[in-house]
Amino acid sequence: MLHIVNKSPQERPSLDACLRIAESGSILLIEDAVYAAVKGSASAGKLAEAAKKHRIYVLLPDVEARAIADRLVDGVTGIDYGGFVDLVADHRACQSWL
Amino acid sequence: MKFGILVNEGPYQHQASDSAYLFCKAVLAKGHEIHRVFFYHDGVNNSTRLTEPPQDDRNIVARWSKLAADHGVDLVVCVAAALRRGIKDENLAPGFRISGLGQLVESGIQADRLVVFGD
Amino acid sequence: MTEGVAKKFMFVNRTAPYGTIYALESLEVVLISAAFDQDVSLVFVDDGVWQLKKGQQTKGIETKNFSPTYRALEGYDVEKLYVERESLESRGLTEDDLLVDVNVLSSSELGELMAEQDVVLSF
Repeated sequence: MLHIVNKSPQERPSLDACLRIAESGSILLIEDAVYAAVKGSASAGKLAEAAKKHRIYVLLPDVEARAIADRLVDGVTGIDYGGFVDLVADHRACQSWL
Repeated sequence: MKFGILVNEGPYQHQASDSAYLFCKAVLAKGHEIHRVFFYHDGVNNSTRLTEPPQDDRNIVARWSKLAADHGVDLVVCVAAALRRGIKDENLAPGFRISGLGQLVESGIQADRLVVFGD
Repeated sequence: MTEGVAKKFMFVNRTAPYGTIYALESLEVVLISAAFDQDVSLVFVDDGVWQLKKGQQTKGIETKNFSPTYRALEGYDVEKLYVERESLESRGLTEDDLLVDVNVLSSSELGELMAEQDVVLSF
């Protein structure tokens, strides 16, 4: 299953809920959720741990808009909107953790 | 593959509408089909033709209308949510139509994938 | 119904009532979905569990109290209501605080259930 998160982990518990509940699968960070993948941030460790269980993706246009492309944690894959479409197509269903 | 899209937030206030639009463009570019875009909650505010953004900003409403004109995408605005927020046929932008919530459930049934964009 | 086989629809409720309109408008979709003969589940996670708290009195905020509707869902054949245990406990709630009968699931049980769905709607 594809899990989509769109909120900063320091604003809302969406990422926490996703990581607590989601079965092993794929997680895509979009909009303000891309801040979760910033190296040295409070959520970096959490994300590294999650990367052992899930494949983690970040939406690059959102990363670039927020000027954090050069400080992403290891183990996350950057994709564009075309890649976002492919991810949705490749999974039976998706849940948006709004 | 057929994609259904749900937009839960209004234009400009949240990024949800922009993300949904860019996702729709990518769906079409990949040769997939968009079964329907359903606008719910404040998402219904994407459909008012009274919107007038500054010249140097994107026109979110017109962009949706163009998607409908160019690709025949079905843009459906929830009637109950629309009436609550003052959206009616007389201020509806081209390409949008007002209908019931059943259209959202139907999109979930008929589309192969349903993607939710919201706050 | 437009197709022969029912799809599994899950409605994920993660917002508290009244502060925003999501809970109410989510419930409106649930009621409509019942008319389509699909396999519907409702889950309550995070602040969504507050939607089911007994004893809501909304007179003072001049807003409709829609919580009795959760009790009416059974009449619409919407009988699969799930609550995440962690969300309940971290809010000091128990099943006795809720106005309907629910199935309380662990986080991983809920994750499994979610992975079985065809359509997941969240508001």
